[in-house]
Amino acid sequence: MTATAPPALATLPLADDALVLSHRLGEWAGHAPVLEEEMALANIALDLLGQARALYAGLRDELGTEDEIAYLREERTFLNCQLVEQPNGDFAHTIVRQLFFSTYQQPLYAQLAPKLPLAEKAVSETAYHRDHAEQWTVRLGDGTEESHARMQRAANALWRFTGELFQPVEGLDLRWQELEGEWAASITEVFGRAGLDLPEGQRSGAWTAGAGRQGLHTEPFGPMIAEMQHLHRSHPGATW
Amino acid sequence: MVTASSVHSPTGHAPERLKSLTKLAGSVPDPELPVVTLAELGVLRRVSEPSPGHVEVELTPTYTGCPAIEAMAADIEQALREGGAERVTVRTVLTPLWSTDDISPEGRRKLAAHGVAPPRPGARASAPVTVGLSPTRHATPEPEPETGPEPDPETAPGTEAGTGAGAGTGTAPEPVRCPLCGSADTVLLARFSSTACKALRRCEACREPFDHFKEV
Repeated sequence: MTATAPPALATLPLADDALVLSHRLGEWAGHAPVLEEEMALANIALDLLGQARALYAGLRDELGTEDEIAYLREERTFLNCQLVEQPNGDFAHTIVRQLFFSTYQQPLYAQLAPKLPLAEKAVSETAYHRDHAEQWTVRLGDGTEESHARMQRAANALWRFTGELFQPVEGLDLRWQELEGEWAASITEVFGRAGLDLPEGQRSGAWTAGAGRQGLHTEPFGPMIAEMQHLHRSHPGATW
Repeated sequence: MVTASSVHSPTGHAPERLKSLTKLAGSVPDPELPVVTLAELGVLRRVSEPSPGHVEVELTPTYTGCPAIEAMAADIEQALREGGAERVTVRTVLTPLWSTDDISPEGRRKLAAHGVAPPRPGARASAPVTVGLSPTRHATPEPEPETGPEPDPETAPGTEAGTGAGAGTGTAPEPVRCPLCGSADTVLLARFSSTACKALRRCEACREPFDHFKEV
């Protein structure tokens, strides 16, 4: 093990990000606009689920088994950012959420890679997630009047959830300001190519997200985890 | 063939036996691509016998979320038990990191013969470049579209080679060749295909779609 590995509990917010976004993407199964996209979103969800599992496995001593951590915790103990719990909305909404999140997650894992084997493993996989989101953002933003309008609407709606991503997570020794700078530069560049305007709203302060990491979540999150945990809670200990 | 794995025998007894156990574990076929063995895929990291009759195997996943890892572990356990092991423990390890560079030349040949374009070599060397240049790699001019007509707009966007080997290095990546006719004139149809580790491409020369093992 690396000497500078972060304390296991510090990785819980990252694991929760991965699990919750994985679940949201899984909701597209059977509903995606084209078959290739159905498979892409399911594959990205699978990568994220793998990340969550690897990180939860490292928390066994603190929080219990993977299943207990995912299925038996209450809403207030999930430390995911509020961006990932936002509903899928239309396809544009999902793509903008993917763009905002993967542009954050991939450089974050790159910074963590020397300290955390999972991050080292996931950094090349999340590069594909990011590429996927950027390609779609450009295609839809620079597409028809309808697709452009939907992308702009999604970007404006999700903008206030992006400041929270860069609140330092206790125990994760990262260069947070540098992460935010990289993120803003990349989003600006991709939006430029997509012909989208950077939203004018605030990313931090009043009426913006900021409490997911403290266990406070937005309204759509409760129903989401109720559905996610239903089977396990109804049939404790069930196996396939 | 078992290049990525090593043989450890703390008691120093019967190295021949460990060698044959390693060979046995390595000969298990991949559950999703049964044309290649786990040894050829490079996912078998280490086989040891901490106490007589107890065989411990270290396995590394190709992708973090690869669902095949559980089937692999079960298949290894069965093969080793049939080979005389009384107790088998299969552990999943993440480091050293698996890369498509770990697929053996024989594994690559078998993938191609099976109709799956093998990953291009050099993924490990180029991966940090891809990551490090993330914000600026888009500042370089758009990559040359691969030869051939625009893809059907109904399918996934873009035709460039993606984030695989060579991306961001400033040199044009080696083309992905059609495993059927060998043409370099192929286009990307979808970044994610039948499994997370493969992309879907089409050959513009023979018009056949095919899977490409993505470089990581």
